[in-house]
Amino acid sequence: MNALYRYRRTRNQVWMALSFISTIIGLGILTLILGGLFWKGISGFHSGLFTQMTPPPGGEGGLLNPIVGSLLMTFIGVLLGAPVGVMAGTYLAEYGDKSALASIVRFINDVLLSAPSIIIGLFVYQVMVAPLGHFSGFAGGVALALIVIPVVVRTTEDMLRLVPVPLREAASSLGMPRSFVIRKVVYRAARTGMVTGILLAVARVSGETAPLMFTALNNQFWSTDLSQPMASLPAVIFQFALSPYKDWQQLAWSGALLITLTVLTLSIVSRALTSSRT
Amino acid sequence: MVPTGVFQVNDTALQATQLKTALTFDKAKAVRGFRLPDATFRIVSRSAAVLVLIILTGVVVSLIHGSIPVFKAMGFEFFTSSSWNPVTERFSAGAAVFGTLVTSAIALLIAVPIGLGIAVFLTEICTPRLRRPIAIAIELLAGIPSIIYGIWGLFFLAPFLQVYVQPSLISAFEGIPILSTLFQGPPYGIGILTAGLVLAVMVLPFITSISRDVFETVPPVLKEAAYGMGCTTWEVVKNIVIPYTKSGVVGGIMLALGRALGETMAVTFVIGNAHKISGSLLAPGTSISANIANEFTEAVGDIYTSALIALGLILFVITFIVIALARLLLMRLNLRAGT
Repeated sequence: MNALYRYRRTRNQVWMALSFISTIIGLGILTLILGGLFWKGISGFHSGLFTQMTPPPGGEGGLLNPIVGSLLMTFIGVLLGAPVGVMAGTYLAEYGDKSALASIVRFINDVLLSAPSIIIGLFVYQVMVAPLGHFSGFAGGVALALIVIPVVVRTTEDMLRLVPVPLREAASSLGMPRSFVIRKVVYRAARTGMVTGILLAVARVSGETAPLMFTALNNQFWSTDLSQPMASLPAVIFQFALSPYKDWQQLAWSGALLITLTVLTLSIVSRALTSSRT
Repeated sequence: MVPTGVFQVNDTALQATQLKTALTFDKAKAVRGFRLPDATFRIVSRSAAVLVLIILTGVVVSLIHGSIPVFKAMGFEFFTSSSWNPVTERFSAGAAVFGTLVTSAIALLIAVPIGLGIAVFLTEICTPRLRRPIAIAIELLAGIPSIIYGIWGLFFLAPFLQVYVQPSLISAFEGIPILSTLFQGPPYGIGILTAGLVLAVMVLPFITSISRDVFETVPPVLKEAAYGMGCTTWEVVKNIVIPYTKSGVVGGIMLALGRALGETMAVTFVIGNAHKISGSLLAPGTSISANIANEFTEAVGDIYTSALIALGLILFVITFIVIALARLLLMRLNLRAGT
């Protein structure tokens, strides 16, 4: 064996070893994070977590009001955002296609999809909170809707494009108007994918903190009044984790675990939905 | 059978006319009935698409509108100085922009090599049986909210760095010109370096899954040809995979950069929130998003609020440029994959 061959073989082994090590490091760190989260979070799980309000420092309590607040605002976000996202995605896939408007919207949507969520918070603060003069759960919901829209637009367009064109042609040849082809044929064929997109949007939104901080603010007490400041899990985690009180920090960990479990469940369900069809 | 006489012929003709009139009647009515919902649906979907444009325009306009007071009060000094004093109402973006850029740079320096390494492992080395589980695990991790990374950084990473890593960094680089400045000062645990590390961990799954996706667009026949010539795995990666996917990988890295620049929660927990530019990576600092997150609800006075909104505008402009470039690069890759 000559020197060149040995050199190439060694160099290959070194690089492949580095690649292997980076995988170990990457997976190791991610395991550490999840492990730490479960370890810290589980120890705070008790029956009162879902039935009691957030406590004052030193008191017994749970996370009922932030859980309900998060659910409410996520619901509003999806209720407002998903229809807009689905319709805009439909326009991109079915009507606009390669037109100038569609190309611009597609690009802008991509920008919104990756834009910092704190900017959305500032925007909603300026158009809703400042003119009205107070923070509100509804403003939080609107901020979340603005994050839902680009996610749903993207997945809807992708999913509609997966529907074979002959299906549309067959429906059109029967004399169906365009909108009926889309609603009765294309939507039905792409239904699972579109639901998946909305689930992914919920997963994305459920951990968002930055857009809620200046819109829904936070609330120590039970409130389902959408015109008042509203507690949310991420905001409570933020507040409690940075506090000096041990029991607040513990609640923050439990809340973090709750969010992570929710997000993981949603992603696994949406993954199962899409993979069972293909 | 032979048709029996005139009766039946007349009868069919009669039926046909009746059928014809019935058909035309139904058709006209049906078409008219369809027209309105059809047009409505098209218009509604078009409006929804336009709404996406309006949202972005609204964001830009409201940010610019909100920043006007501080630009008027501070002038160009807002961009050049690094002072941030709510009492005297002197604000400028220097420290925050510095912190944002430095933490993002640290994050990419660490996450890009590791992320690419994992992607190479997954596409070239790993046994097919493990490939899917690892890829799925990484994709699931990419979806975990950033606040989780933040709280982990605060309670696990920062104390660990403070006790085990930073003291040895400080003593190891003592006396070496540039490095001693980079790693000087007391080990706080939290600071620019810690924020950069947390960001690195956060964008790692993201970089990995994008690079893996683009690596898989390489036509197998190209790689097989190279292997057939006797190339080693590393040579295939370096000479075939990387050149073929270059714009995709760069696009993915820039998307990750866009994420790192605008990331709020993962950074706010661990950066220390100090308005100063320090030569040391161990010193606490601030970033644009952390600055806004920490102070916005407490800001009193128009100029203070306006200064924070102006920071948001700067952040938006930076990320917009980065994301736009990334999308253009990825779009070019998609065009080529499509042909």
